[in-house]
Amino acid sequence: MKVRAQIGMVLNLDKCIGCHTCSITCKNVWTSREGVEYAWFNNVETKPGVGFPKEWENQDVWNGGWERTKKGKLQLKMGGKLRILANIFANPDLPQIDDYYEPFDFDYQHLHTAGDTKHQPVARPRSLISGKRMEKIEWGPNWEEILGTEFAKRKKDKNFDEVVQKDIYGQFEKTFMMYLPRLCEHCLNPACVAACPSGAIYKREEDGIVLIDQDKCRGWRMCVSGCPYKKIYYNWKTGKSEKCTFCYPRIEAGQPTTCSETCVGRIRYLGVLLYDADKIEAAANTPNEKDLYQAQLDLFLDPFDPEVIAAAKAEGIPENWLKAAQRSPVYMMAMEWKVALPLHPEYRTLPMVWYVPPLSPIQTAVEAGHVGMNGEIPDLKSLRIPLRYLANMLTAGDEAPVVRALERMIAMRAYKRSQNVDGVEDFEVLKQVGLTPNQVEEMYRYMALANFEDRFVIPTSARAYAENAYDLKGDCGFSFGNGCGNGESGLNLFGGDKKGVRKVIPVVMKD
Amino acid sequence: MNFTDMLLFGIYPYIASVIFFVGSALRYDREQFTWKAQSSQILDKTYFRTASVLFHVGIIMIFFGHFAGLVMPYEVWSFLGITLAQKQIIAMGVGGFFGALCFVGLTMLVWRRLFNPRVRASSSVMDTLILLLIYWQLILGILTIFVSTGHMDGYVMQDLMSWSRYLLTFRPADAIEFMADIHWIYKAHVFWGITLFVLFPFSRLVHIWSVPVKFLGRSQQIVRRRF
Repeated sequence: MKVRAQIGMVLNLDKCIGCHTCSITCKNVWTSREGVEYAWFNNVETKPGVGFPKEWENQDVWNGGWERTKKGKLQLKMGGKLRILANIFANPDLPQIDDYYEPFDFDYQHLHTAGDTKHQPVARPRSLISGKRMEKIEWGPNWEEILGTEFAKRKKDKNFDEVVQKDIYGQFEKTFMMYLPRLCEHCLNPACVAACPSGAIYKREEDGIVLIDQDKCRGWRMCVSGCPYKKIYYNWKTGKSEKCTFCYPRIEAGQPTTCSETCVGRIRYLGVLLYDADKIEAAANTPNEKDLYQAQLDLFLDPFDPEVIAAAKAEGIPENWLKAAQRSPVYMMAMEWKVALPLHPEYRTLPMVWYVPPLSPIQTAVEAGHVGMNGEIPDLKSLRIPLRYLANMLTAGDEAPVVRALERMIAMRAYKRSQNVDGVEDFEVLKQVGLTPNQVEEMYRYMALANFEDRFVIPTSARAYAENAYDLKGDCGFSFGNGCGNGESGLNLFGGDKKGVRKVIPVVMKD
Repeated sequence: MNFTDMLLFGIYPYIASVIFFVGSALRYDREQFTWKAQSSQILDKTYFRTASVLFHVGIIMIFFGHFAGLVMPYEVWSFLGITLAQKQIIAMGVGGFFGALCFVGLTMLVWRRLFNPRVRASSSVMDTLILLLIYWQLILGILTIFVSTGHMDGYVMQDLMSWSRYLLTFRPADAIEFMADIHWIYKAHVFWGITLFVLFPFSRLVHIWSVPVKFLGRSQQIVRRRF
């Protein structure tokens, strides 16, 4: 047993209102620079839809993630190392920027300077790459917002596979939607790391955050294809790949990531998980895709088990991390209550950002007597969002874990409702879903109340006492490019780009 | 001894080598962040695969061809039982074939860099300059094949091999004697070839140093430990 610690995240989709605050704060902090205007380390998609970039979930198109070969070997879907090197001159699996969207800005100044005209002046879009006029904006990070675009296009959503009669979900009365905020999964078996020819991407041992060494990246752009979540972005200006950093400078200081902290719906949770690093390959190589969810659960270690604690201490995991693991909301939701599920486990990357599936309108229909009851709980087949759709997204098509998660959430509501409204403890409903009253009270505290200190249990990093602060005196903090320099020297012998110069053609000012 | 010849083919190659090696080392040491291939594939993929693969395969084979033809001692050729005339035919054939591949690919790439609005706007002056220079150099190289048809005995090839051999063994005064009487097109090709080495550390060409051969041997996952 080799114990390692990982900071994981859970997103409670049942509470996501799709406000995009996470995306905007993340954008402001990390990607408001030339070259990554199109990159959203965090974006929120409306599902069903093909997403950002287009059809990212369809690995028949992009060849991301891992696959189990016929001989039972775990291999990147892009191919073996030789095939990756053979494609180094031109990567056949690379999206074009239009699959994300061509970054643009508007000629706002024109509104001020248009002068006397017959018609209302408008600010027209201009490409941030070529500086040229764009006649039409074709796509964006939330193009399908609230079911935008026609169903004929959205139904290419890969999660519709094997959903019966998917065409009826194009009808107004039958349609459904949900939000899916997405960021880097900081996988236990990251495909981007394996695909990088330069070996520039790595997983940090102390907290599991996956980062790209900007100095070592040579821009071979294989990671972009390797990542099945399409969460690595090639910066066309610097020629290097960039990705979500899990806001590691904040995590190290014990603070939540920007997206988590600013989430107005309190849907995000951060906590420590202990896992057995020796079992990663076997888990990722589980023969049957539907067993991958369970295989990943089996990797996680019980933070109260004395054997695990001893092994973790032997690995040098600090005391405060073990304490945090015992209070981890992520562990509770994923392991104890099993309400959180991984995103697309069939990619075999063992993702570490998990999702609580959303309930969808059902209760009002129950009360009107339209829905069949299964004991105390309404029959989940009457949910507006098809179970199969959620299962395709979260459990490689196995509906049972999705049903368990949804039933437990419904049971929690029913129990608290009868407790608060009728003054009755409804133990029957709990028995049916296999929860104890104690567990439900905890679930209620964590998922309904969701206080800051319960949602974010982040130990400060060992860095504070591992490094000699005196030596760091006068050193630079988080910097970009060449160490302490910001890459903005007036003269650069080796052609480093001067940053911050936008090639937008300015609008001519007229008096 | 002609002074211009001495300057261009006796002294300039040494200056170029120093710039090439020291410049590369300095840039690798000081400016890792700028060390990259600077691919623009993401901006426009149209025909990119054909263009880039043809160009790269062509130019890599041409590079090894020059190594075999210029740097490898001609004793190796004679040991293999290949006469000078035969060697010239091989050089013209192999060079011509891969030169043609490279020419097709590079023409597409040059067109893309100059006339694709996205690629053009995101190119630095050096990006465009180095590409045009390689294009120019490739055209000169292909022209030498036509000039070579005028003397199929292989002795011009031998002169050029001797020139590089004498240079590599630090005898520039003797080396330039072999350059004295050859066609100007060879001289131009040699001059611009050396110039490419001068510009190498200042351009995106440095990615050539970083051919990821280590990738084949490394483990799938990389975990970095800080403490």
